[in-house]
Amino acid sequence: MIPKQPRTHYLNISYGFKSWLFTTDHKRIGLLYLVSITLFFFVGGAFATIIRLELATPQGDLVQAETYNKLFTMHGVMMIFFFLIPAVPAVLGNFLIPLMIGAKDVAFPRLNLLSWYIFNLGALFTIYAVVSGGVDTGWTFYTPYSTTYSNTHVLATGVGIFITGFSSILTGLNFIVTIHMMRAPGMNWFRLPLFVWAHYATSLIQVLGTPVIAITVLLLAFERVVRIGIFDPALGGDPVLFQHLFWFYSHPAVYIMVLPAMGVVSELVAAFTRKSIFGYDLVAFASIAIAVFGFLVWGHHLFVSGQSVYAGMIFSFLSYAVAIPSAVKVFNWTATLYKGSVSYQTPMLYAFGFIGLFTIGGLTGLFLAAMGLDIHLTDTYFVVAHFHYIMVGGTIMAYLGGLHYWWPKISGRMYPEGWAKLGALIVFVGFNLTFFPQFLLGYMGMPRRYHAYPEEFQVLNVMSSAGASILAVGYILPMVYLIWSMRYGPIASSNPWPATGLEWQTSSPPPTENFEEIPVVTWEAYEFAGQE
Amino acid sequence: MAENHAMTPHALAHHFDSLDQQREAGTLGMWVFLITEIMFFGGLFLTYILYRSKFPHEFVAGSHALDIRLGAFNTAVLIGSSLTMALAVYYSQVGSRRLLVTYLTLTMLLGLVFLGVKGIEYTEKFEHHHFPGADFQWEDPAQAPALDGNPGAGKVDGRHVEMFYWIYFAMTGLHALHMIIGAGLIAVLIVLAVRGRFTAEYHMPVEITGLYWHFVDIVWIFLFPLLYLIGRHE
Ligand code: HEM
Ligand SMILES: [Cu+2]
Repeated sequence: MIPKQPRTHYLNISYGFKSWLFTTDHKRIGLLYLVSITLFFFVGGAFATIIRLELATPQGDLVQAETYNKLFTMHGVMMIFFFLIPAVPAVLGNFLIPLMIGAKDVAFPRLNLLSWYIFNLGALFTIYAVVSGGVDTGWTFYTPYSTTYSNTHVLATGVGIFITGFSSILTGLNFIVTIHMMRAPGMNWFRLPLFVWAHYATSLIQVLGTPVIAITVLLLAFERVVRIGIFDPALGGDPVLFQHLFWFYSHPAVYIMVLPAMGVVSELVAAFTRKSIFGYDLVAFASIAIAVFGFLVWGHHLFVSGQSVYAGMIFSFLSYAVAIPSAVKVFNWTATLYKGSVSYQTPMLYAFGFIGLFTIGGLTGLFLAAMGLDIHLTDTYFVVAHFHYIMVGGTIMAYLGGLHYWWPKISGRMYPEGWAKLGALIVFVGFNLTFFPQFLLGYMGMPRRYHAYPEEFQVLNVMSSAGASILAVGYILPMVYLIWSMRYGPIASSNPWPATGLEWQTSSPPPTENFEEIPVVTWEAYEFAGQE
Repeated sequence: MAENHAMTPHALAHHFDSLDQQREAGTLGMWVFLITEIMFFGGLFLTYILYRSKFPHEFVAGSHALDIRLGAFNTAVLIGSSLTMALAVYYSQVGSRRLLVTYLTLTMLLGLVFLGVKGIEYTEKFEHHHFPGADFQWEDPAQAPALDGNPGAGKVDGRHVEMFYWIYFAMTGLHALHMIIGAGLIAVLIVLAVRGRFTAEYHMPVEITGLYWHFVDIVWIFLFPLLYLIGRHE
């Protein structure tokens, strides 16, 4: 039987720019975010391309050192603040949370739209900084370089990040209230999909952490403009204070990037093994534990910044502790696979990618959290490889997996499975070829953030650059076939996989109000037997 | 009053099932927002603590030059405004439009008095060259407390007093900005209340603005001792 699309749904209920720019429908807002972050992803990717081109040879031949500094700064700023942080929550979270909990919308729909405008306003400032000459401080903006010596556009970038932070706060606030207040009858906390738990934990971090980076950036701006002296040792200030404040947000922020991705993986693993997630409660609580402990480990970024050794020891210990809940999740996903009827469709391939690469990224995090070893590895390519395994290998894999998995719900069409599998394979190969050599380079002592390097590092660098070009193909491919499928893909049924979860019980694409009738939930999460 | 029992269907947004759910959502949202505010101010409090312990004498000297009478007066004004705000919330719950408008207006007036006094304090700081920046001057050793047992402690480094004033202006300025926003919100509430938009069933905006207003007061309750009082006896 060929599935039929509903006559009216959220996509065709109204047309024209206005109907999108003034929408309060969480699904449309999710798509607005999708457009914005895809754009910024490719901007960030363009910088990465030039970086990898430069590093193909040991000499600094393509760009000057100054230009190179700007390239890695703008790459980091774009990717972290304008792509990774909003990627899963603002696109998939926005689209799915109300559907998953059986609500008509998020608690504050207009605030939701406002957050998208704030996001783009912030991006505008940052883009202005980029086109008018760039910034060169690194995405970490360490003082006093950023406040006193850099003569690039620190201010505009800072203002951009400050503004964008509020969109992140508003999204987090909206999700917290939505998850508390808008659940359908019978949808109690322990029937929530793990995706929702992960987003709840993420929202806590967004709400607690982001204001701190906001005030920090504000102080940085004042320092730069009127020389308050708070971070400038020449005026009695303390540059390490900046590092504390910065990492108090930015370590938890790495969990803003990875927790929602973990939520996606839980959904994928359940759907494609056709089993309930092993140890549901543990996985749910692990999200909360990560959010809480994630706030206590920022000092592992300051091992070499003159932080006291004793503080370092405590931060090192806590960093090991925070790895436990992450490991719990990995073990539970793996245990779920055991004796499951695993089907290897594209989203599941991405989920496998996530589990493997996140594990490598997490374990190498433990290397870095060992104080002695970190002295050797800090500021080398080992660190670069570590966080790319988590942020690119982990988060982007899960994001792509989720995008494929929910694409039928979002667009009402199936993507082409063959091409998609090929794409997943290319991404996996390209990713590892790009970043695995960087572990070796870092271990051998190649420092990060230089545009030239000794000859003996060339082979590994060429491998990395080659991998990057493969990875680029892997990212462009899905964009092409997903857009193609919006018009030519086969019509999707309301539950094509099939999977549990309320989002699959309404039509694809869903109506504006999500459900014809608000569902009443009488089953547990991932209860495959009860629902067929 | 008859209007108390009039249903207000237009007040219920389409995605909520009931006014109760909507009110609870609004209240929870405001609480979460206030938590973000605590973290936001928290960065400044941390900065204050760090530099207070680094430059204790300069901070005391800076404190001494603040006008404690105006500060105390403003503290009383704000506590009073918290009371009138609480009463406004109460009368919105029982649905008395007249008293709601009265107490909202009183709250706003007290807020404006606070801002006015703050303005006087700021002006005075400008005139005495205590506003940090190029014009800053600190050359009145008479204001520095005599400190014994600590060689060279009698001398106060003007640059660090300037840091105190940066922190003073950052914290009170941010607080004043919140007061201005609060007064604006109350002004809107007054207009809505006069138009009879609030009833015993629907008064969520008054309630959550009240939460915000109390929060801003509490921030000041911390700022006053930190900036004006601590170390004053030295
Ligand atoms: C789970 C997601 C994680 C993400 C997204 C992530 C991301 C990052 C990033 C972006 C940096 C580099 C910051 C910079 O200097 O520019 C970094 C460094 C670091 N990460 Fe992770 N990380 C994660 C997990 C972990 C874990 C679980 C640990 C240890 C328990 C860890 C330990 C470290 C340490 C110690 C550094 C500092 C290395 C150095 O600068 O010497 N990370 N991480
Ligand atoms: Cu960290």
